[in-house]
Amino acid sequence: MYSYLLPEFMIERLENRCIRCRVCERQCANKVHEYDGELDKLFSTEENCVGCQRCVVLCPTNALYVRPRVSDYRPNSSWTRDKMQNLKKQAETGGVILTGSGNDKPYRIYWDHLVLNASQVTNPSIDPLREPMELKTFLGRKPDTLKINFDEGEVKIESELHPNVPINTPIVFSAMSYGAISYQAYKSLAIAAKEFGTLFNTGEGGLPVHMRKEFGNNTIVQCASGRFGVDPEYLNSARIIEIKIGQGAKPGIGGHLPGEKVSDDIAQTRMIPRGTDALSPAPQHDIYSIEDLSMLIYALKEATNYEKPVSVKIAAVHNVAAIASGIVRAGADIVAIDGLRGGTGAAPLATRDNVGIPLELALAAVDKRLRQEGIRHKCSILAAGGIRCSADVIKAIALGADAVYVGTAALVAMGCTLCHKCYTGKCNWGICTQDPYLTKRLNPEISSKKLINLLKGWSHEIQEMLGGMGINAIESLRGNREHLRGVGLEEWELNVLGVKGAGE
Amino acid sequence: MLVQKYFQSERFVPDKDMDACGLFGVMNISGKRFGGEMAINAIKNMKVRGSGLGGGFAIYGLYPDYKDYYALHIMYQNKNLNAKRRVEAFLKEHFYMVYDEEIPTNPDITLFSPPIVWRYFVAPQKKNEELAVPDDEYVVSRVMYLNTNVDDAYVFSSGKDVGVFKGVGFPEEIADYFMLDRLYQGYIWTVHSRFPTNTPGWWGGAHPFNILDWTVVHNGEISSYGTNRRFLEMHNYYCTLFTDTEVLAYAVDLLMRRQGLPIEVVSKIFAPPMWDAIEHMKESDQKLYTTLRMTYAPLLMNGPFTVIIAHHDEMIGLTDRIRLRPITAGAKEDFVFLSSEEAAIRAVCPDLELAWTPPGGEPVVVRLNSKDHLLSVNKSI
Amino acid sequence: MSRMNGMNVKFGYRDNFLGDIRPVDELFAQNVIIEGNRGVINAQGMRHKEINDVLRETAKKGVTDITVNNVFGQRYIGTRLYFPQNHKPLTIEINKFPGNDLGAFLNGHKIIVNGNAQDGVGNTMDDGEIIVHGRAGDVVAMSMRGGKIFIRDNVGYRTAIHMKEYRDKLPVLVIGGTAQDFLGEYMAGGIVILLGLSLKNGEPHRANYIGTGMHGGVIFLRGNVEQHQLGKEVGARELDDADKKIVAKYVHEYCSHFGGNAEEILSGRFIKLLPVSLRPYGKIYAY
Repeated sequence: MYSYLLPEFMIERLENRCIRCRVCERQCANKVHEYDGELDKLFSTEENCVGCQRCVVLCPTNALYVRPRVSDYRPNSSWTRDKMQNLKKQAETGGVILTGSGNDKPYRIYWDHLVLNASQVTNPSIDPLREPMELKTFLGRKPDTLKINFDEGEVKIESELHPNVPINTPIVFSAMSYGAISYQAYKSLAIAAKEFGTLFNTGEGGLPVHMRKEFGNNTIVQCASGRFGVDPEYLNSARIIEIKIGQGAKPGIGGHLPGEKVSDDIAQTRMIPRGTDALSPAPQHDIYSIEDLSMLIYALKEATNYEKPVSVKIAAVHNVAAIASGIVRAGADIVAIDGLRGGTGAAPLATRDNVGIPLELALAAVDKRLRQEGIRHKCSILAAGGIRCSADVIKAIALGADAVYVGTAALVAMGCTLCHKCYTGKCNWGICTQDPYLTKRLNPEISSKKLINLLKGWSHEIQEMLGGMGINAIESLRGNREHLRGVGLEEWELNVLGVKGAGE
Repeated sequence: MLVQKYFQSERFVPDKDMDACGLFGVMNISGKRFGGEMAINAIKNMKVRGSGLGGGFAIYGLYPDYKDYYALHIMYQNKNLNAKRRVEAFLKEHFYMVYDEEIPTNPDITLFSPPIVWRYFVAPQKKNEELAVPDDEYVVSRVMYLNTNVDDAYVFSSGKDVGVFKGVGFPEEIADYFMLDRLYQGYIWTVHSRFPTNTPGWWGGAHPFNILDWTVVHNGEISSYGTNRRFLEMHNYYCTLFTDTEVLAYAVDLLMRRQGLPIEVVSKIFAPPMWDAIEHMKESDQKLYTTLRMTYAPLLMNGPFTVIIAHHDEMIGLTDRIRLRPITAGAKEDFVFLSSEEAAIRAVCPDLELAWTPPGGEPVVVRLNSKDHLLSVNKSI
Repeated sequence: MSRMNGMNVKFGYRDNFLGDIRPVDELFAQNVIIEGNRGVINAQGMRHKEINDVLRETAKKGVTDITVNNVFGQRYIGTRLYFPQNHKPLTIEINKFPGNDLGAFLNGHKIIVNGNAQDGVGNTMDDGEIIVHGRAGDVVAMSMRGGKIFIRDNVGYRTAIHMKEYRDKLPVLVIGGTAQDFLGEYMAGGIVILLGLSLKNGEPHRANYIGTGMHGGVIFLRGNVEQHQLGKEVGARELDDADKKIVAKYVHEYCSHFGGNAEEILSGRFIKLLPVSLRPYGKIYAY
């Protein structure tokens, strides 16, 4: 432990309410609460508290309050408490400051500066409860044109079609690997994706063999720099294969799953020995260039007999539009763009908080560039990183996305409270941990229901908003910036987004 | 003095192109001229390294009848004859022109919006105060003037006895279009197949990039571009094309032509040894490499690259210092090859005598009437 | 413009890989000769996908012994031969110069190359065997997880990068010559044997940064290497008896493919390179 750090949270226990049931003590993997039998009293070690609120919500008498302890240092806009605390940690260890989850810095959130349109008078809004309101979306490359032969009453499509994958709602669970998250959380995502007719993404930790048959059809498998668990069967069991180049939370760097998280099951899924670090190099070492990416795209298509769309996921960075164009020309069927606020199980704080660009700007730029070059139809765009609600989804689609990836939102639905301590392996909610004592807190039966409810609720809200705009099929909103207006944005920002200011 | 384009702020300097590619070069070290068949077929063999949005050739020993004159290849886009008139008036004022003609093209080959392409054989026509200016400097500055001041006109080749042919398309289509295999011979052929990620629609954006008799074909992306460019601007090289390749070409011109450094040293400026490696060198080398790195730090070409640089009598292959992009060299009798892939050499020279791959940062220097290219063999695999 | 070279609109999209692919039946009829379980493919002028279309078609006809002639740079040979229902290991002999990603994701087949190979030999290979009667390019055996690769001569950069093992899946790579930098980078498992036969007496191996980031597996290295050529994460040891048996086994196998005197090779000086830690980067973080 560190010598001179202030606790980040204050714990207040209302003694008159506490019944010494010791639930808080049992629930906390960080060992914050401790019962002293002699004094018949619970004590707190505030230094250990991460503010996950597990004890608070499970306290049967509402005796507990956990509150951020804001700053006891002399107020200073430049030297904030975070900066000072991190520096002190480094002074003691010489280490790289780690963090988890997504960027929490106050970069502008463009979703909150975009407003949607609705029909008034000139065309009617549509009621989704009683009329068709279609959200079905196809992910994959579309042909330039179709050659259709009408021969003796028989209709035959002669053009060769690229594989496309239909999803029932434009929401896909983003890559979270078994290893980063618990088996229970991982399986919950799989169940929900299957039930709702959408997809989940294995991340780069492999797909357990016993899940392949049941969930393969709803799976995006990743082929990333570590190539964990990648064999021909894994690739062929999936619906889509995704080459992970980058991640919004940590563009340009790799990942380390620490050896202590590599249990027997994870070892088997990743096909590495138990207890070794699972190191994902920063680049894929067979991709140093755009033509190398093309080589891997077609290697994967060869390995799966051209039956699966290949997606390429990149972090949103400065030249994202040009890069996306190259990716499409390299043969990718889907381009996934992960923005500045995308989540992670572990990332260096310096990278997470400072590298990359906001998804909204990246997405709009990519969509525009691909249209300018006449190749937008050659790929689907998946937008990821900081999608918090159905309104964000619908705005993303209006900015050009085909569908969105949700990660953090799904975790929150399962219980996550964004304490940002995913990298410690002590997730009290049983999500981002491999400790069986903690993971059993998450029941895939129940948490998959929560995820389905998320998909259901959001889909319904999307339908409502679509109907309000007088649109009854999601494809009519794709890239349709006429239904967006900006509020409180600067000229250059509106230009990049391709959106008019409100009232314009 | 080259021409500087004015931007209100660096914010408005265009993004550079990013592209990657296939490269091939072949040289006859006894200087015997040969046709384009090998270069064309080799690059065709590596078709998937390009995306059909740029291809081009540089040929040395191309114009023996006019070898004392600068051969200007100029493209006029959008059929802009006004641009042509302006350029020709300019040429008349600043040069003696001995011959000019439209570069013949094959009417059966349809390419993406081809420009009018013309060639002029010229000699400098210097005014009083310009007499002290060396010919090469004179030509470079006039070329730069045209490229930055006349819309729709672009000088893409300006050396003596050398010519660049390039455009939008796969390189074999460019070769067909200009009928390279039928009409031309040379003792060095370099060729480039482009896989751009932006500005794909422009003929001038294809490689090789040329300045005087220097040509560069390049594969990769130079992450240090911004640093390199600003340093070159300080030395009066203003980038007009915003490609990594342009930066390389200017850096070569600065170091080799103006400063007279040999390629063996220049390659160690572009791709210097790691400090780790320098530590284990003998003292004199330590001093040399330390000083080189100190002096020329802004010209370290960081990030993945392979280049084939050529000028008269010399063809050089070089990769970045951790060899993030491929190169293979090959030799048979008087022919020496450089290629992104070995199989492409084998496809055009099945009885190759020697194939080798140098380590990152180690140049393969192919020189006329010398066996210098073999110096890299011992360090290679 | 009526015909824009197959371009669609705007700047155009040219399909460098799938454009103008000829139908497999046509190619098969023209270029394949089958006799019993043996087949010969003439790959002259075939595109990358075409050669693999034809290979797959040939394999589906029950042919198990395939020779492919006139190969010049075609990629992914062997990659599209995953037949979960009806797995029969094939033997594919290649004359002469296969392209990148030879045997990528290879699923238990045997590939013999009578020439040099390029980059990415055995990329993420799962099982099977690749024997190269020549040299190979960069990233040989990248992320290889099973099977064996024998390269007669030298190899390029980043050989055996991130090679890994799990239980009975133990990848083995034997190189007759030397390697360029970053041999065994990030290596997480498996066996690499580097024989140094192409080096002159006393000449050190070419590679620097050997085993940098290595956290599993073992490299057996014959010949000289300076301490500064090794990555920070590896330690050099003498071979014990079990090691010697392993090395002897694969050196004999090497000689059975390429000739040479196994005993003479084995009499050279070998060292063993091991990772110092299973967790080379366990201590770089401040939690």
